[in-house]
Amino acid sequence: MTTTLDNVEAQRTSVQTFDLKLGGVRELNKTLHHATDGDTFAVDHPGGKHSIAVGVNAEVDIEINGHVGYYAAGMNQGGRITINGNAGVGVAENMMSGAVHVTGDASQSAGATAHGGLLVIDGNASARCGISMKGIDIVVGGNIGHMSAFMAQAGRLVVCGDAGEALGDSIYEARLYVKGTAASLGADCIAKEMREEHLAELGELLRAAGRDDDPADFTRYGSARTLYNFHVDNSSAY
Amino acid sequence: MTLTAPDQTVAPALPAPALAELGLRESATFDRATIADIQRAAETGIYDIRGWGAKRKVPHFDDLLFLGASMSRYPLEGYREKCGTDIVLGDRYASKPLRLDIPITIAGMSFGALSANAKEALGRGASAVGTSTTTGDGGMTPEERGQSKHLVYQYLPSRYGMNPDDLRKADAIEVVLGQGAKPGGGGMLLGQKITERVAGMRTLPIGIDQRSACRHPDWTGPDDLEIKIAELREITDWEKPIYVKIGASRPYYDTALAVKSGADVVVLDGMQGGTAATQQVFIENVGIPTLAAIPQAVQALQELGMHRKVQLIVSGGIRTGADVAKAMALGADAVAIGTAALIALGDNSPRYAAEYAKLGSAAGYYDDFQDGRDPAGISTQDPELSARLDPVAGGRRIANYLRVLTMEAQTIARACGKAHLHNLEPEDLVALTIESAAMARVPLAGTSWIPGATGAGL
Ligand SMILES: Cc1cc2nc3c(=O)[nH]c(=O)nc-3n(C[C@H](O)[C@H](O)[C@H](O)COP(=O)(O)O)c2cc1C
Repeated sequence: MTTTLDNVEAQRTSVQTFDLKLGGVRELNKTLHHATDGDTFAVDHPGGKHSIAVGVNAEVDIEINGHVGYYAAGMNQGGRITINGNAGVGVAENMMSGAVHVTGDASQSAGATAHGGLLVIDGNASARCGISMKGIDIVVGGNIGHMSAFMAQAGRLVVCGDAGEALGDSIYEARLYVKGTAASLGADCIAKEMREEHLAELGELLRAAGRDDDPADFTRYGSARTLYNFHVDNSSAY
Repeated sequence: MTLTAPDQTVAPALPAPALAELGLRESATFDRATIADIQRAAETGIYDIRGWGAKRKVPHFDDLLFLGASMSRYPLEGYREKCGTDIVLGDRYASKPLRLDIPITIAGMSFGALSANAKEALGRGASAVGTSTTTGDGGMTPEERGQSKHLVYQYLPSRYGMNPDDLRKADAIEVVLGQGAKPGGGGMLLGQKITERVAGMRTLPIGIDQRSACRHPDWTGPDDLEIKIAELREITDWEKPIYVKIGASRPYYDTALAVKSGADVVVLDGMQGGTAATQQVFIENVGIPTLAAIPQAVQALQELGMHRKVQLIVSGGIRTGADVAKAMALGADAVAIGTAALIALGDNSPRYAAEYAKLGSAAGYYDDFQDGRDPAGISTQDPELSARLDPVAGGRRIANYLRVLTMEAQTIARACGKAHLHNLEPEDLVALTIESAAMARVPLAGTSWIPGATGAGL
């Protein structure tokens, strides 16, 4: 099942607000770690601070109003976290479940190593987007930087703009969908046929991210699986 | 390395002295092992991958001796006078530091590289004597969490199986930058060992030759590491000690930067440190000996005023209580063991001589951990081979071995007049060779000469 961004606004009841100009990230995270399903939080003046809303472990809604530093929403489990701004390195790194929505741009390693959940970036994502991803779904409205989906193991990465150099280098079983062009493909990454099931899953992912792009405009990339086992003739690729 | 004799060579029928009398001379440069390596490379076209650590001879703890108490120092009575062994790890920032009864811990070895029974045995043995075990490049298994009273959870570049639930279950977190056997290299696990369970835990296809990343995916350099460590602390509410593990190459700088990045504990692994699978050329030619690494790390800690505040755990070639005592005298707070623990479980036992021979190896030489056909049931995922290792009996052997190491170290400490292993100091040591004196920064026995002591010191 694809996680969606629906209803984040609708469900909000009584909102607990943190102003990070006044209080620290520690106090915020401590409160979030004790939250229960359905709780709603707002974070004002994040000021690019690091580790905002990390380790969330309940189905809570969190709206962050401004730019965040490194690792925002890191290791999220079940939280529905909106960042109204740009995100620093490693947004939603190692997410397990839930949804993270960045309305601006994201820096390097967005969604790195994440096992599940949905990460939506309305703007661009920098280098290494989806690096070592292990099951997460990532939808990027704009472009992504070089070495994205490096060693991507599982999950799906959707790019509505262009991809930078060495897309999907040493990729395993993750599926990549790119609407624009890929500057170059990394080792063992190849373009693949878009079959019915791929159009269907891509359509679902775009809808989940609240986008109306046509799945038919995308190219699918994945592993040629030639580097899965050591082979003498592959020595130049090792 | 597999000892497959190339077809064209015939094993000499005459013993070595007889060959010498005939005027035959083996080359020191092209010795028989080197010849076999070249021929193997020519036949297969791929480098040799093996387990174990560096096998070449390097200056080591054997090159140091203790100065027992005499006229000017009081020894302690064996058995009657106390010689403490307990340690606290991670009290710099963690609200729940690790409190261990002995300063000898079990190093990180992954489920995948090792069988579930081997992991369970390590957990049982360590818990019986009040020390910790460490996960590895493959996540935390319920067997391991269940058996280990103190469990250190590794945070590696691959992040296989990494998840916040296990992070919260851990007693400490070890951010792995490198390993002594391969500083600058990532993990490796060959297809034979990527069974359904191992593949599932790592989110990989079954049976592939797995090469894990050598760089962390979401941080580079000490400034980023500081932010990463802060994130891990935030996720776990500042409860857990955070270790940083480095392979010994530039330990003076790496230790200083780890401290600056906010580590509670530095784990320093020398080049003799074991591995489950690495290219032989890497194991033998990259990194520095454990002996050379310790004084550099200790110097960095001392200069920062952090010695004993950020604890130092040393690994790489620890075999005896004397090694434990020597590492601690040089300034380590604790040690970790990998290879020796596997040997205690039965690895390389002459009991399996016939089976090692079938694998083209021999007891005392077996290092094909990557192959997954370990007759001792340790470095394998084969259910039949694994079943040979009884985790309860294995746990007892580990506990026995850890007790012996502890008692041996205490014997030496008492002889040096120390009421706690921590009180051992470099002044208790002398070196047997110029090399070890220079590396360990203790005087050559019978002299006051520490080569290089007046120099830059790095
Ligand atoms: C079978 C085996 C597997 C290992 N797996 C890991 C690992 O997953 N992560 C890690 O940091 N080190 C790993 N190591 C290295 C050990 O943690 C430790 O640094 C080393 O074994 C210490 O040296 P010693 O073997 O001489 O005691 C492994 C070592 C062995 C022998």
